[in-house]
Amino acid sequence: MGKIKSLDDLKKRKENLHKNVDLRERAEDAESYVQIKVGMATSGIASGAKEIMDFLIETLEKRNIEAVVTQAGDMGYSFAEPTIEVTKPGEEPVVFGYVDKKKADEIIERYIKRGELVDGIIPQNYRTIDDE
Amino acid sequence: MTKYKMHLLVCGGTGCRASASDAITENLKQSLQDNNLQDEVQVIMTGCFGFCEKGPIVKILPDNTFYTEVKPEDTEEIVKEHIVKGRKIDRLLYTDPDKGETIRDSKDMGFYKKQIRIALKNCGFIDPENIDEYIARDGYFALGTVLREMSQEDVINQIKESGLRGRGGGGFPAGIKWDFAYKNKAEQKYVVCNADEGDPGAFMDRSILEGDPHSVLEAMAICGYATGASKGLIYIRAEYPLAIKRLKIAIKQAREYGLLGEKIFDSDFDFDVQLRYGAGAFVCGEETALIHSMEGERGEPTFKPPFPAESGYLGKPTNVNNVETYANVPVIINKGADWFNKIGSEKSTGTKVFALAGKVNNVGLVEVPMGITLREVIFEIGGGIKDGKKFKAVQTGGPSGGCLTEEHLDTPIDFDNLLAVGSMMGSGGMIVMDEDDCMVSVAKFFLEFTVEESCGKCSPCRIGTKRLHELLERITQGKAEMKELQRLKNMCNVIADTALCGLGQTAPSPVVSTMKNFWDEYVAHVEDQRCPAGACKDLKRYEIIPENCVGCTACARKCPVGAITGERKQVHEIDQEKCIKCGACLTACKFDAVIVK
Repeated sequence: MGKIKSLDDLKKRKENLHKNVDLRERAEDAESYVQIKVGMATSGIASGAKEIMDFLIETLEKRNIEAVVTQAGDMGYSFAEPTIEVTKPGEEPVVFGYVDKKKADEIIERYIKRGELVDGIIPQNYRTIDDE
Repeated sequence: MTKYKMHLLVCGGTGCRASASDAITENLKQSLQDNNLQDEVQVIMTGCFGFCEKGPIVKILPDNTFYTEVKPEDTEEIVKEHIVKGRKIDRLLYTDPDKGETIRDSKDMGFYKKQIRIALKNCGFIDPENIDEYIARDGYFALGTVLREMSQEDVINQIKESGLRGRGGGGFPAGIKWDFAYKNKAEQKYVVCNADEGDPGAFMDRSILEGDPHSVLEAMAICGYATGASKGLIYIRAEYPLAIKRLKIAIKQAREYGLLGEKIFDSDFDFDVQLRYGAGAFVCGEETALIHSMEGERGEPTFKPPFPAESGYLGKPTNVNNVETYANVPVIINKGADWFNKIGSEKSTGTKVFALAGKVNNVGLVEVPMGITLREVIFEIGGGIKDGKKFKAVQTGGPSGGCLTEEHLDTPIDFDNLLAVGSMMGSGGMIVMDEDDCMVSVAKFFLEFTVEESCGKCSPCRIGTKRLHELLERITQGKAEMKELQRLKNMCNVIADTALCGLGQTAPSPVVSTMKNFWDEYVAHVEDQRCPAGACKDLKRYEIIPENCVGCTACARKCPVGAITGERKQVHEIDQEKCIKCGACLTACKFDAVIVK
């Protein structure tokens, strides 16, 4: 790497480097970003959750959507794997089932970007101890 | 460049490294490779997280998992369970000591909730050995802005407006100091960073240098530009090898990027930094002594004025600030003086890093806004007193400070308030004491330190502190008389008034403040030959309660000096003349028949 000669130089370099730490910065303040949890238990992985996670991370970055993608344990919807849970800032989480790449694309374009509902939502019909 | 899905941050501060965090890093990398995840998960060794109580720490992002007390053999489980299957490992998660619940998201930890991190913003967040990570966090923008867009006066005014005061002890306004150095004309001036952190228990400067060395280099260059100095010197104790290693790497990288050296940012400003090693003498934290030590002279203070800003290193105008003070500077330039002076209290702006130590649950490094109360720091961030004992006092300001008691718990902490209640900010050590600590012994402990660290140049400090220590020794042995307490008081006043430098002038402070707040304890030692906390060994008295003693002979067999006599199945007795107060009988007795008074 050459010498930094100007503020613009530094800015350009920072932009290139920022993706190394932006994951860490977003995690500090995850609630202000779109959060996606991918169910990554054995059944999820067997149905391709890993590929979906990679696809989500790549596509979100390409489309400049700042999001925090994490993996979660089994969500219990083994019949509908891969499942993902999407939480938009300030909104209730929504769980989608049978997510393939096409579906993931649709979720990003329609639900995350435009706020439209998409087929495949698994209604949350249980309560957790946190709700009590 | 690969885009990592997950980051594993492993603490690489001195504390966690001592508990094998190097091996943890290696094992994590190996386990990731075994599972073919090395391109998806990045392992980064960072600076100190501050939560030293429960080290080594491994933090996993983006899901904010905070694993504590990790061992090298836990790494495979972390990779196989957490990273491959997404299951957090409960036994490694931090457990809230109050509620007994494991905390799954580090944002919910009480330890971090009240903290505002400015000086420590990159500690535990970036890899300190990689300048690119610092640049990704807006590193060197402040230097670029200053060199391209601000005049020297602009910079000094901004620091003045921010209200930043020296974090090393006295709390002198940094902007005014810089202005002095700027106004004294000379061909060569110097910028010095005081990294000679000497207070027992304080380690914030070390952690900043270990976790974010570039922030200090950048600030020194900014100061160099503002005051007109082209050379920077960091005076660091040789006892900090890791900080030295990381500083050396940082200096090398900054030179490669042209951020140190000639014509920085294509301006006319040249600046370079060198290291100077100290042998770890407490007095060398005093700025004139520090400068003499750097010049190769004896590390002894000289009378001020002249101040270093007039005649410092090699007789040239020199600005001396400590590490934490510098670490605030780039943030002030980037975010503005108004942003900074809204944090904290009116006359003490910004934050302060405290090193919490002693009988508190969460020992570690915390950065809190000025004006926070002791209660919040000790009970909310620090998690309260260990083993459910009762809070007794807290010593702030190290050997130059004083102790504060229950009645001061709700006093907002800042430079002026601490002075008003008879202590001082110092460099931010905070030693918490509980009901088992004897305050006379505490004062004696600090005096022992000053006696050892006194440079010997002036007699009030060299001889006076020695006499103070002797008197305290007599008190803890129960040999002192009441009139000696008066002598102790007088001597404290004389030393404070006549010693040459800050070390001597403040050396009596621990005695003065413990006498003020715990006079009863002093009197009990003298009049009753009794230590109320039960800590002074010489005043302890082991006795056997005849009603409880069954004559099992267990204590007599354990006593190393044969001080316990008695027939089998008869009540035993301790010969106080022979007893050496080791306490072996107390642990040996199964019938609660031995008591200590």
